[in-house]
Amino acid sequence: MTDVLTPVLTANWADDRAWTLAAYEAHGGYQALDKALQLSPEELVELVKDSGLRGRGGAGFPTGMKWSFIPKDNPNPTYLVVNADESEPGTCKDIPLMMASPHTLVEGVIIASRAIEARQAFIYVRGEVLHVVRRLRAAVREAYEAGHVGTDIHGSGMDLDIVVHAGAGAYICGEETALLDSLEGRRGQPRLRPPFPAVAGLYASPTVINNVESIASVPAIVRGGVSWFGSMGTEKSKGHTIYSLSGHVKRPGQYEAPLGITLRELLDLSGGMRDGAELKFWTPGGSSTPILTAEHLDVPLDYEGVSAAGSMLGTKALQIFDQTTSVVRCVLRWTEFYKHESCGKCTPCREGTWWMVQILRRLDRGEGQPGDIETLLDLCDNILGRSFCALGDGATSPITSAIQYFRDEFEAGLTTPSAELFPPSASTLFAATALAGKGAAS
Amino acid sequence: MTVTESGSTDAAPIELVTLTIDDVEVSVPKGTLVIRAAELMGVEIPRFCDHPLLEPVGACRQCLVEVPDAGNGRGMPKPQASCTLEVAPGMVVKTQVSSPVADKAQRGNLEFLLANHPLDCPVCDKGGECPLQNQAMSHGNGESRFIDQKRLFPKPVHVSEQVLLDRERCVLCQRCTRFSEEIAGDPFIALLERGAQQQIGIADGEPFHSYFSGNTIQICPVGALTSADYRFRSRPFDLVSVPSIAEHDSCGAAIRVDHRRGKVMRRLAGDDPEVNEEWITDKDRFAFTWSFQEDRLRTPLVRDPGSGELVPTSWPGALAVAARGLAGKATGVLTGGRLTLEDAYAYAKFARVALNTNDVDFRSRPLSAEETDFLASQVAGRGPEVTYSALETAGTVVLVGLEPEDEAGTIFLRLRKAIKRGVKVVAVASHRTRGFAKLDAELVQVVPGGEPQALADLRLDETDIVLAGERLGQVPGGLTALTALAERTGARIGWVPRRAGDRGAVEAGCLPTLLPLGRPVGDGEARADLAAAWGVESLPAAPGRDTAGIVAALAAGDLQAAVLGGLELADLPDPAAATAALAAAEFVVSLEVRLSDVTPFADVVLPVAPPVEKPGTFLTWEGRPRQFETVLDTGALPDVRVLAGIAEELGAPLGVRTVGQARAELEELGTWDGARPAAAKAPPARGAGPVGTVTLDTWSQSIDDSRLQDGAGEYRATARAARLKASAATLASAGVEPGAAARLSTPAGHAVFIADVAHLPDGVVWVPARSEGVHVRALLAAGFGDRVTLSPETPAANGGDEA
Repeated sequence: MTDVLTPVLTANWADDRAWTLAAYEAHGGYQALDKALQLSPEELVELVKDSGLRGRGGAGFPTGMKWSFIPKDNPNPTYLVVNADESEPGTCKDIPLMMASPHTLVEGVIIASRAIEARQAFIYVRGEVLHVVRRLRAAVREAYEAGHVGTDIHGSGMDLDIVVHAGAGAYICGEETALLDSLEGRRGQPRLRPPFPAVAGLYASPTVINNVESIASVPAIVRGGVSWFGSMGTEKSKGHTIYSLSGHVKRPGQYEAPLGITLRELLDLSGGMRDGAELKFWTPGGSSTPILTAEHLDVPLDYEGVSAAGSMLGTKALQIFDQTTSVVRCVLRWTEFYKHESCGKCTPCREGTWWMVQILRRLDRGEGQPGDIETLLDLCDNILGRSFCALGDGATSPITSAIQYFRDEFEAGLTTPSAELFPPSASTLFAATALAGKGAAS
Repeated sequence: MTVTESGSTDAAPIELVTLTIDDVEVSVPKGTLVIRAAELMGVEIPRFCDHPLLEPVGACRQCLVEVPDAGNGRGMPKPQASCTLEVAPGMVVKTQVSSPVADKAQRGNLEFLLANHPLDCPVCDKGGECPLQNQAMSHGNGESRFIDQKRLFPKPVHVSEQVLLDRERCVLCQRCTRFSEEIAGDPFIALLERGAQQQIGIADGEPFHSYFSGNTIQICPVGALTSADYRFRSRPFDLVSVPSIAEHDSCGAAIRVDHRRGKVMRRLAGDDPEVNEEWITDKDRFAFTWSFQEDRLRTPLVRDPGSGELVPTSWPGALAVAARGLAGKATGVLTGGRLTLEDAYAYAKFARVALNTNDVDFRSRPLSAEETDFLASQVAGRGPEVTYSALETAGTVVLVGLEPEDEAGTIFLRLRKAIKRGVKVVAVASHRTRGFAKLDAELVQVVPGGEPQALADLRLDETDIVLAGERLGQVPGGLTALTALAERTGARIGWVPRRAGDRGAVEAGCLPTLLPLGRPVGDGEARADLAAAWGVESLPAAPGRDTAGIVAALAAGDLQAAVLGGLELADLPDPAAATAALAAAEFVVSLEVRLSDVTPFADVVLPVAPPVEKPGTFLTWEGRPRQFETVLDTGALPDVRVLAGIAEELGAPLGVRTVGQARAELEELGTWDGARPAAAKAPPARGAGPVGTVTLDTWSQSIDDSRLQDGAGEYRATARAARLKASAATLASAGVEPGAAARLSTPAGHAVFIADVAHLPDGVVWVPARSEGVHVRALLAAGFGDRVTLSPETPAANGGDEA
């Protein structure tokens, strides 16, 4: 089945010291930049538009179209901001990418900056991953020293400065306008739109904000061309992408494959569920995407396919849970995350997550009250689409989808603690070994 | 007086947008937010974060509506916050009235808001006037499903000495932080933490010291922000509310006075879009206790010839004594600057009719003949020309002799609004104050006295406005240069005095050369016209003495008596000389609210009503009449009634006995339409002061220990520190260490301040005119523009002085 994989972004990860400039260049690195410098900004935007590349941060907005929204008559400078604030539970594609091959991102940043005519780019990295920050900064420094960044890049007359900015540890700063406020030194909370960042983003200037993987995909598109990129994936979801498998699978990790691959295929690639395990439920793209079950094994994992199944492709963070897992406990943990990370700006998200955690804790302890499930669903209804940004929406996804597929487990929460029904120790990755049943913490 | 329409009448036609709200078609101006469009047709959408004078934020999510058609044929998939959504042609909006979705969204949101709210309405100051309480009743569910643990906070937090925060009541609408940042420019409160732990707070050691902090209490839609002096004092439904006008400056801010059982409990901002919008200074809000102090005069006092003591007397007796004492004596009349228009008119008429003199002046501060001429030629008899709204549409607004944040808070806030619309502010001053910085003002730096040259150098045009504070009148040639500037460039000028009664006193004729409503004393026709109106044979033709002249004449014996209303000797140019002059006077009548520094010299003390206990009118700096009615009916008499009593005893009836009669007579008189006196002409002063001296720059900060701020302790505690400011070179040449004590001295005395380095011209020091216990003028007999000696304050020097 190895022919299913399409390693492009991940192709050089196994190289010796793949994160260095030398290793990257040995693999043809920065040649796409030369090619891009031959193209006009408009041609670059057209190229990326034609490629069908869609945002890999979750929403799937066409990248080239986003670039084309930058007004040409705005007197302010244009900025490129890379959203590297990867914080979603389960999501783990950008951080490995930046660790293994930071130059892929840096080259993408330079090309994208040329396309939107930005002379200043920022990479906003999640603050907790200091090792990634260091590695990125080293890569940017190397790129400056080699003349890939700075003034008169490759003799083309193009100037660009790249700043690697470490966030301060807030999930909300992955929301693009909160990220901009945070980058400006303010409190990270989402901004009112309009104005949209393309018109008034960073420092009230035209700004493109793209996910790490989206930008990192650009050099390969420049190198390989539109038809090469379009040869992978499906009609509306073109290209290759990284699927991150975690949980109760034999070989968790990053699997780069064409869009539209199914979980069944990915499970085959990763050696299947762990021994004796059956797939119980899974997330297609992190905890904010409604969960799916074994009946969705053959759903094509592209933007349209997952949407048709009632969820979202999201960040393609496939968290796989087997039959030992309590849905109630799992949803409680996720909801605790959202309660902790709610920025507090709007009422439904701030108060709703605070409230839902308390109901879920009750259900998890087996002390649920009659009506709790209906209340949970109604609270979700009062949050979804009513909160200021998508954080609140995302907080409702695991709850509503879990009740949809596993209502009986929530009903059991009125009488029985989840720890009795699903001993946490059985869910641990080492449960199959000698440690099983010794009450390891969940 | 004539009230002309403010602003231009040929405004561009308003573009209308037609949309449908709850199945009713409505046309509203383009750019209107849906929440206000709905209001216009009578649908009130509940809201917390929305405030018409603040930028939309969409944070509380209470005002959600359904939008089945955004105007482009497509509906919006989610309910929309109507406070951030602009109307569009063809848009269809369904509010809670017609949409079950919007109704459920709103009910759900209120349930969320109340989940963590303590529901302590029975002990909450806001209970009874609380938007959360009201909207929970009108748009919420009767019962909550929340049976869990509420978020708890220790209470309360002192965000300043005056403003307290009960965090558990807060709904995090950010009105307070947005007001502080957007309107006042004092972002000392901000959101801290996140999620349900999110809260309003201050930085360590940086309290919420803003001159406008009280507005946050008023716009708080819950009981989270309270003031230390009103907290737990009364319930809204026990209060009687009366609209009134603030008496603290010449801005004429609309206020609402809430009283209960004869006692004022609090004051709130009134809503007047033409003047103060919905904001007032903390001074206007919290400094109302001054007239209820223990030293309040309740009964007339007459000095007993035997004991020399003041003894309580009946009104008829006291009026008779006053009239007997004044009869036949050459008398000067000084009125301070705090009287209402009607009372000032009574003094002006009393002087002419009963005392047969033009020796009357309202200025209890340094003045000049140049200023007298300026007031007669440029100010008197003019209705509002330069207005608050004109400031918003000006090209440039020049401030000279005026620090609006300290001296005219309403102007300051309007200028803050104006600069967001592209108005440029230029400050002619010795240094860039915090207020000027918040106005993003360009500084034209001058040494006090250098203003005429700076004005002569300004390039302006007819779209520009120059606001001149009363300090410019203390600069020789200052007002001359101002008038010349206006003539040269077409720029409009506004004279901004400090006190609420100053502008009214000019119109009332409390000036030695000016009769009511712009009639020059020197104009025979004006005198004859007025004499006829007043029913007297003639009016004194000789120009009178101004304040300085009256003081000097009292000291010299040329005047033998004085009638003083609302005068503080400590305000006069030379308080010691004024004290001596009163001591020398044969007979002194004092009309006062409280015991004052005049009382010891008074032969008759006649208690009069403070503004809260009488009707009246203040004229704003614009010349806009701000009429108010009695708030507390205590029976205290307005000055006009007292003066009418004395006049009757003197056999020269005043013709008016009530505020209403005075008002009617003023209206009947009408503004003088004859020739105006010529504009002021005076040369700038030349030459340096004595070697070793520095030039003093000073004015009163908004919060200080003036008598009208007595009794407001918590409020006074939010005052800015009293520091001396000077350049490093100035301090060094005087041997003063930054941060150390410095002494300012004149032959009259000295004052001590801690010195700070600031960007002032060398040879200039700035100190606040009054700070707790330190009154520069009383101590130094010096003020703005005077020369003083700066030296280090050594412990030895300190030890040798009296305390």
